[in-house]
Amino acid sequence: MLILVLKRILLGLITLFIVSLITFVGVEVLPGDACTTYLEREAYGAALEACYKRLGLDIPAYERYVSWAIGVIQGDFGYSLSGEMKINDVLGPRVKNSLVLASASILIGIPIALLLGIITALWRDKMPDIIISTFTIFSMTIPEFISATLLILIVAIWLEWLPGIVIVPTGASISELLPNIILPVIAISMIMTAHMARMVRSSVIQVMASDYVQMAILKGVPYWKMVFKHVLPNALLPAINVVALTIAWLLGGVVVTEVVFNYPGLGRLVIESISNRDLPVVQALAIILASIYVIINLIADLLTLMLNPRLKSLQIKK
Amino acid sequence: MQQVVQEIKNLSIGFTSKKGEQISILKNISTTINKGETVGIVGESGSGKSTLALAMMGYVKHGLFTISGECIYQSNDILKMKNRELENIRGRKIAMIPQNAGQSLTPNLKIGYQIDEALRLHTNFKKEDRDVKISELLNKVRLPSPETIAKRYPHELSGGQQQRVAVAMALAGNPDLLLLDEPTTGLDVTTQAHVLELLNFIAKDTGTSMVYVSHDLGAIAQVSDRVIVMYSGEIVLDGPVRTILKNPIHPYTYGLLKSIPKLTLSGLPNSMSGSQPQPGTIKEGCSFYDRCEFAEDKCKINSPELEFVSELNTSVRCFNHKKLHKKKDEDTKSSKKVLRKLNKNEILDISSVSISYAKQKFIEQLLNKIDDTNPTVKDINIKIDKGETLALVGESGSGKSTILKSIAGLIKAKDGIIKFDKNKILSNDLKKRDANYLRAIQLIFQNPDESLNPNHTVEEIVSQPLKLYFGLSGNELKQKIIEVLKKVRLGEFYLTRYPRQLSGGEKQRVAVARAFAAKPDIILCDEVTSALDVSVQAAVLNLLQELKVDFGTTYIFVSHDLAVVKAISDRVAVLYQGRLCEIGPSESVYKFPSHPYTEVLLGAVLEPDPDIKPKLVAEDIVEEKPPEKGCSFQGRCPRLLGQICKTDVPPWQIDENGNAIRCHIKINDLKNQQISN
Amino acid sequence: MTLVIKQEKPKSTFSKIVEIISTMASRPSGLIGLIILVFHVTLAITSPLYAPHDYKAIDPSLMLQAPSSEYWFGTDSLGRDVFTRTILGGRTALTVTFFGSLIALLWGGALGIFCGLVGGKIDDVVMRIIDAFLSIPWILAMLLIVSLLGTSTIVLIPALGFFYGKGIVRVARAATHDVIAKDFIVSARARGHGNFSIIWNEILPNVRDAIMVEGAMRWSWMLLGFSSLSFLGFGVSPPTPDWGLMISNARGLMSFAYWAVLAPIFGLSSLIIGINLTADAFAKALGIDRSTKAPV
Repeated sequence: MLILVLKRILLGLITLFIVSLITFVGVEVLPGDACTTYLEREAYGAALEACYKRLGLDIPAYERYVSWAIGVIQGDFGYSLSGEMKINDVLGPRVKNSLVLASASILIGIPIALLLGIITALWRDKMPDIIISTFTIFSMTIPEFISATLLILIVAIWLEWLPGIVIVPTGASISELLPNIILPVIAISMIMTAHMARMVRSSVIQVMASDYVQMAILKGVPYWKMVFKHVLPNALLPAINVVALTIAWLLGGVVVTEVVFNYPGLGRLVIESISNRDLPVVQALAIILASIYVIINLIADLLTLMLNPRLKSLQIKK
Repeated sequence: MQQVVQEIKNLSIGFTSKKGEQISILKNISTTINKGETVGIVGESGSGKSTLALAMMGYVKHGLFTISGECIYQSNDILKMKNRELENIRGRKIAMIPQNAGQSLTPNLKIGYQIDEALRLHTNFKKEDRDVKISELLNKVRLPSPETIAKRYPHELSGGQQQRVAVAMALAGNPDLLLLDEPTTGLDVTTQAHVLELLNFIAKDTGTSMVYVSHDLGAIAQVSDRVIVMYSGEIVLDGPVRTILKNPIHPYTYGLLKSIPKLTLSGLPNSMSGSQPQPGTIKEGCSFYDRCEFAEDKCKINSPELEFVSELNTSVRCFNHKKLHKKKDEDTKSSKKVLRKLNKNEILDISSVSISYAKQKFIEQLLNKIDDTNPTVKDINIKIDKGETLALVGESGSGKSTILKSIAGLIKAKDGIIKFDKNKILSNDLKKRDANYLRAIQLIFQNPDESLNPNHTVEEIVSQPLKLYFGLSGNELKQKIIEVLKKVRLGEFYLTRYPRQLSGGEKQRVAVARAFAAKPDIILCDEVTSALDVSVQAAVLNLLQELKVDFGTTYIFVSHDLAVVKAISDRVAVLYQGRLCEIGPSESVYKFPSHPYTEVLLGAVLEPDPDIKPKLVAEDIVEEKPPEKGCSFQGRCPRLLGQICKTDVPPWQIDENGNAIRCHIKINDLKNQQISN
Repeated sequence: MTLVIKQEKPKSTFSKIVEIISTMASRPSGLIGLIILVFHVTLAITSPLYAPHDYKAIDPSLMLQAPSSEYWFGTDSLGRDVFTRTILGGRTALTVTFFGSLIALLWGGALGIFCGLVGGKIDDVVMRIIDAFLSIPWILAMLLIVSLLGTSTIVLIPALGFFYGKGIVRVARAATHDVIAKDFIVSARARGHGNFSIIWNEILPNVRDAIMVEGAMRWSWMLLGFSSLSFLGFGVSPPTPDWGLMISNARGLMSFAYWAVLAPIFGLSSLIIGINLTADAFAKALGIDRSTKAPV
């Protein structure tokens, strides 16, 4: 068991290493470097020299990678170009803000998704399924920026129930943030919930068609008991990994949603740093977002390992 | 008057096709199950037998619905009951033992919990009493150390153990009626015999009525008092087991019994033409009309009713059943003599072949540590003559298919040499083999659904070897394909068909045609009949035999079915855990099975005759790995000599009939022991 | 006994396509999807012929006019006709994503089949790299590429094609894995067919459907991604009309002029739903269940 866990962690680290290489090489290979892209037309003479010096671009690429990587391992991403401040200080509050937004969406989204998925599967092809499934198909196909824009138009502008744009400073506390994130959370969790509900639905339907569920029915197990004891544990297990992939994929959606609502999180920082051509910050963001992806998948893997009796006994045997 | 447990009246179950037609899977089924009686329901796949069994519990699968009729249990129609009422009947009054226990036990729940659940639902025992009861039940189904078994998850048990757990679970509610849906299909020969013996014991012990659903007349013969034969959703024959199996008065049952290979017969069984019609394709007349050798014109237009023949106490659905009354037992035993011509001309020489499945781990690779003391298949020495049919038999895990694959070059043998045509060494790497040797050895697989590319037409499938080995194209290719298809009795119109448009038997014919298109010297047959229905199996066996006579092909025939092997083979090699136990001419191996394992195996064969009972000589233990030292069969041998069997590999001995066995006991002593038993 | 069985003609590729499309159209959802898709494609090809106004004609005097008989969908903040810009707004998106998913399909399918077939160490390494690519949020990667290389279609098509192809690699690989375990592949190998012949004759016909369905799905996701880029200002450069960009521009003023934002929203949403319904119906017509797949 322990060996398997360590193996998964190691694989995650390898993935992160490859990500760091890809971003580093990517920036290296693409035309222009951090200084020329940042300074644009002023990229000549002393200003360029100074910039090179400050970023250490005058030393060979592999040395730069090694020293950067060592810094990252120690939790130091170096300096940003535009603000001339430590990237850590730039990132800190943004990470917190995005985490608040993302966790709120996940906390609300997952239970709703489970509920909807199970309802649609148990009432398959009946009214509740048809209504919910139609709704989920719509909400998973419409891009976040459209649903977010429509939400603002309807809820904030026409109905005037909630503020449409988040107007809090980057360093705001969680209690200041919470009232402002209602609409963004709805926008993000709508699409995520729809995706997950669809997967839970098909997983439950698959298990309901299995021989052992038929056997439970023929054994005289009452319906709801059968659902909770025989169906759900087996249906939700494979769904865990897929759900994790969905969450990770939707990180991209968080970026767009943050822009629409002017929310001071990582997503807006992505856009800002790219518009400012602040490549060191972009690199740091790539690593951080990739780590989130790797961590979510790691948690899903470990959960599956812990809950699956098949894998459990496999480990004991070895 | 006997007490009736369940009465089925005019039951029809069907589905609505895509075109909106209502298609019946069960048509007007009427019968009764009496108290204490075991009724066997026999039929091929698609005959509706499982649907009938499920309906008896008030369960109709998703997509199916009851068209008419009722299943009456204690004067109530089960099919009209509410879920609440059904929950009180299922498991308590009527219990089911499913076909595939491995998939029918919930994977995330321990065995103990699953049995406890049934007890909690259907008895009033307290917690402590239930724990005792669980052990009792597991004991009753003869599982060793019930306490440990109860703590296991389903996947930690072997197939036979899972099936026993399913039996224990069904017995938990102390039901009046047990429904068994192919409970032994998929189990090894010896395990199957043991489970059947257990079921017979339980039937006697508890007095429960049983309905035993199976395609296997051998199993049905062992357990049933009464047999119902189903064909295409109808009951065609219903009567006492001896009448049905010894004097079958329905042409289908008559033909079916003739087409089953039996140990008591020599040579190939008669084959039956055609296959069971798809549901909904028969609009009028008798559904067996197309395949019936007694059919008359009226059978095409009128459907016969079920008619009671009082002197035989049997109901039959046939206009002409009288023709069959006088045809006695002897007729069903007539079978074609196999033409065997052997010329001593060695074509394949397998010497000291060992095959290991164990994959090297990365670290072991680094340390150059290779564990090859105990390979999956070890020390195989067989010489095969041209035109001979050699059969490899054994239970699952015996390595028979592995050997076949290594001859084909699909698995690399770790040790040993395979020589073709006296002196040409076949490389163990497929890519290094000469194209001519590749052509000379062709494979036919167990399941034609897997071995035929679903996206190719029959023409494309058969053209593959012709294009590859003979470079044919255009009209010449097409003519050749038609010629080959004709050889396997398939007409030209099959050319444009896809495999999904063919029946199981037709698909296997296409696979045979593809193998023969290469003009091979040797054909490797891997369980080629085990995925087929009984009535189709005989036809494929006969076809293989005819082709062999025509082309002088050599067969290496792998099967777990000893009766099939007896029918087709010239020589038999018996394998246990990847080691040879016995090899010799089939007549003498079947007549005098010298090796203890051959004796065990042959003793467990189920004959479709209620008067021939299997002999259970050894325990059915499942061994995961061959023993590291000594005789491979030491773990289960009923005639174990002593320490020598555990330490030394037994020597080869040959008797006067040419049977070679590997045993420490003298071959003549073994024969004497068997006679004295 | 004589059997009279109708001689079945081997089906041509064309008649197979007709059959698939008619199966798709036999469900209401598939029919709606097909109609929407065909409508959008026709619109994209022909709209320049009948667009009532000049899409780039700026006229401050006509700023933010409400819908009228002259300007059906009103005007935007620069006084341009929203109707004209809406019917032209899908052209770039459709072209870029169509060719993008074609590229994704080709390289993803080829690499996936290769990995599924060879297995072992090479497969492990390739999948690790693919995993690493998957873990960089697509939007970050795309933004980076676009900001460094510019937003011309020459950059966008291969970049999108590359990023959306990695998911196809997984699907093609899994499908190939399923197929190569089957006995007909074993049979072909035992006969001595070469790798190329096995891929072409035995594997490709059996994984083709799964890959094509995946490609169709990628199309709708890619459209979503492309519009997001446009919306963020990294897609089509003004004044070329594009729905994502139009929504982004009109968003700030939507409390005064909701028409300028609703029209492109309607255009984009209907196209995405159309492609989605079509892809769904396509999958069902080919007998593939894709509801369990994650959108990666």
